[in-house]
Amino acid sequence: MTTQTYRFGTDAAGGHGNWLLKYAAPQNFFPLAGKLVPWVAALAAVLALAGLYVGFFVAPTDFQQGEVYRIIFLHVAASWMSMFIYCIMAGWAALGLILNTRLSGMMAKALAPTGAMFTFIALWSGSLWGKPTWGTWWVWDARLTSELILLFLYFGFIALTSAIDDARRADRAGALLAIVGVINIPIIYFSVQWWNTLHQGASVSLTRSPSMALTMLVGMLLMALAAWMYSIAVALWRVRSIILERERDAEWVRQLREQE
Amino acid sequence: MNWGSLSNFLHMGGYGLYVWGSYAVAALCIAGELWLLARRWRAAQGNKP
Repeated sequence: MTTQTYRFGTDAAGGHGNWLLKYAAPQNFFPLAGKLVPWVAALAAVLALAGLYVGFFVAPTDFQQGEVYRIIFLHVAASWMSMFIYCIMAGWAALGLILNTRLSGMMAKALAPTGAMFTFIALWSGSLWGKPTWGTWWVWDARLTSELILLFLYFGFIALTSAIDDARRADRAGALLAIVGVINIPIIYFSVQWWNTLHQGASVSLTRSPSMALTMLVGMLLMALAAWMYSIAVALWRVRSIILERERDAEWVRQLREQE
Repeated sequence: MNWGSLSNFLHMGGYGLYVWGSYAVAALCIAGELWLLARRWRAAQGNKP
């Protein structure tokens, strides 16, 4: 038995020259993800180190907040990622509902724990930033409340998909929850404009120049990129576990095991 | 940004607890996630048909 049998096997989607469809098949995606993980993880580490270096050793002291503002490099990256991951998760979920592909539901499930983790980090770092600057750990402000709802949406998705034994049914139920929950993302993002919030407005937007020193911005963007790479690496690693768990009885997994 | 000394750096202008409290918990979360992932990966590989 050679590796060829599972890598280039003529799956329903494989062997037709369409690489996108080919990699939608779990047995083809599995080795591809395995090749990507170390590179993406290394990139994440390098970007995070660069971001932390710029954030702590290059960026100047903030004239209003002093040194406490340095939480921003973590807080903004985690907050952005908490929203991005939810959107990508819901996108995979929707794709799974429409095309009925096995991999989609697995990807959605692989993203949820990392999304929840970034949401928690955003809330935690925000709380530690709020205490010295606003004088309170927590306030039921539109931005903070909608971000907390995001955490519960992730928990709800994880709980729901774990509670249903049949994997494909669990994926469909989770997909519905994920898609309905997308409504919360614009609410989080625009909350600082729609309501009077204690939370400040966006420091960075696509339509106007950023209201911060360039080195602060660079540090923030490096950390945001690091969060992206970390999320991709971790989600790919997790989806590899999920593929093995779900397809443990499949012929290609059996072959894979025999090679070891 | 020149901190002068390690203690100045750790002190963070009086905000050390808040700044390092944020980063330390984030680091713990990441370490925890990687640990759980490694455990799950090993278990998944060991799955017998």
